[in-house]
Amino acid sequence: MQTLTIAGLESVYEQLAEALDRAPQAQRELFLVKLALLAAEALGEPERFAELTEAALLDL
Amino acid sequence: MHCPSVEPRRSLYFDYQVHPAFTAAVGAAQAERHAVVIVGAGPIGLTTALDLARYGIPSVLLEAEQQVSEGSRAIVFTRRSLEILQQVGVADRVTAAGLDWRFGNSFYRNQRVFRMEAPQDADDRFAPMTNLQQPCLEQYLVEAVQANPLIELRWGNKVTAVAQAADHARLEVDTPAGPYALEAQWVIAADGARSALRSLLGLKLEGAAYEGRFVIADIRIRLDLPTERLAFFDPPWNPGNTVLMHREPGDIWRIDYQLPADETPEQALAPESLRARIDAQLALVGVRDPQWELDWCSVYSARALTLPDYIHQRVIFTGDAAHLLPIFGVRGANTGFQDCNGLAWKLALALKGLAGPALLPSYSHERVGAAREIIAEAGKSTRFMTPPTPGQRLVRDAVLSLSLSQAFVRPLYHWRTSRPHDYTDSPLNCRDDDDAAFPAGPRQGAPLPNVRLGEDDYLFDHLGAAFHLLYFSEASELPADLRARAAALRERGIPLRILAIGAADAVDGADLSLADADGHLRSKYGAQPGCAYLARPDQHVCARWRQLDGAALGRAIHTALGNA
Repeated sequence: MQTLTIAGLESVYEQLAEALDRAPQAQRELFLVKLALLAAEALGEPERFAELTEAALLDL
Repeated sequence: MHCPSVEPRRSLYFDYQVHPAFTAAVGAAQAERHAVVIVGAGPIGLTTALDLARYGIPSVLLEAEQQVSEGSRAIVFTRRSLEILQQVGVADRVTAAGLDWRFGNSFYRNQRVFRMEAPQDADDRFAPMTNLQQPCLEQYLVEAVQANPLIELRWGNKVTAVAQAADHARLEVDTPAGPYALEAQWVIAADGARSALRSLLGLKLEGAAYEGRFVIADIRIRLDLPTERLAFFDPPWNPGNTVLMHREPGDIWRIDYQLPADETPEQALAPESLRARIDAQLALVGVRDPQWELDWCSVYSARALTLPDYIHQRVIFTGDAAHLLPIFGVRGANTGFQDCNGLAWKLALALKGLAGPALLPSYSHERVGAAREIIAEAGKSTRFMTPPTPGQRLVRDAVLSLSLSQAFVRPLYHWRTSRPHDYTDSPLNCRDDDDAAFPAGPRQGAPLPNVRLGEDDYLFDHLGAAFHLLYFSEASELPADLRARAAALRERGIPLRILAIGAADAVDGADLSLADADGHLRSKYGAQPGCAYLARPDQHVCARWRQLDGAALGRAIHTALGNA
């Protein structure tokens, strides 16, 4: 499996921040759920997606 | 005193006839005792009575009202329902009057984001779906019941009490002339969603109720649209909610629309509210200056509930009396037809003294299992139509938004249409056959697939109220030991018919011979010469063999009769 390089992670960080700022404020949640579904489709592994979901729920 | 309305119901398309109430038993010195009393003359009660009569079982049918039901109610009947209605003799009338269809469309922001296509096999006599208003279907069934000397339909008879005994139940029945009592070896509760028998016995449904409420309205309007299901998600006039449209015969359209969460049914059914919303929906499908009349309207909320057991001593539950299922996916009446189809033969053979101890209980086992499967399926489509939590709503809305550009989410719009249940874990299935060895064909528990035999000629046209052995052979006669075993079973009164398939001429010892000249039936059933399928009277497979002898047939029938 591919992992993100530091440079790649930095790029994702900026892209995500910029996209969140571009989305209308009231639609940010919707945008994030769409992104999660698209990422899940690209991942193609429901079990892995479940692990990621649990990880994201930590320390909210 | 029970006095149902004797004013004919109002309808734009159906001519209601008020029937005289049955009062002859009022004041009788002694309660009559019947084999079967069916409570409720809706589609399921009527079909159950007709199905029992096919086995020679008489019944008394009690209906609280004096006319058939009000409003279109159940409007979409599946192929399997038509196959069951064919057995009781009304399918031709339903197909003649009904509108058949197979496509469903889902729209979001004026774009068609999903098109469902129900499969249509050349071997099927009936379309995947047929639209017809419930009172029309009830009328056909009532006429069939009235023409049947084994069935007595009593209008205006309302059950007010039930008392169970070891070998019968006693019903108190109220009529416009006063009460009377009636006893039955078996009472069938087909008295619908608000079942009086369910309440009288204090039984509780299990499962989920959903928040989303819908107005269901029938209007008469001429629309130049095909007979297809239309679903609109989050339309501009009803933000966040869902709207459905179906064509019915006679230029009647059913419009189902979800209500805003804080609105009461009274507010929703106010004429000005109905008019504004229906006009808005018609504008969405391109109608300018709409001219329409309202036929009927009601408020509905989705529930997915079942009794955990359908047999309570001498009372047996069917249809909506046994379970309440969401309308999305046409699972109400269509599930009920499968209930009564599963029940009639078992009860008939039990009354004839042919049933083992497990036969009647298997009705509850099979049909509660089916209801639970349907509830799981229906839950998915209901949660998509009417998301019950903030999380559900957010993900649903994300799917709507993505569906405009991303094909992978579009199958989530599929509303998982009602389909027949496979009784794979039925105690009636044979345990030492060759089920797993077949390369094709219906597995144990599945309904037989229909097969087109010729012009206007299908396999199901030849099936009756009996077990059917489909025996595949090119020989001109059945093996002697099979014939001897079949004769012995029939001698005991077990209804068994043998269809010989694959020989050019009539086969000695078979009730019917099908040449199957092009081998299509054999190939669809994955059958070589010597193979055999045993179907129960409800057309579900209970055994199949690569090679069959008389002893194995005897054992399979023994098991299928509930002798575990």
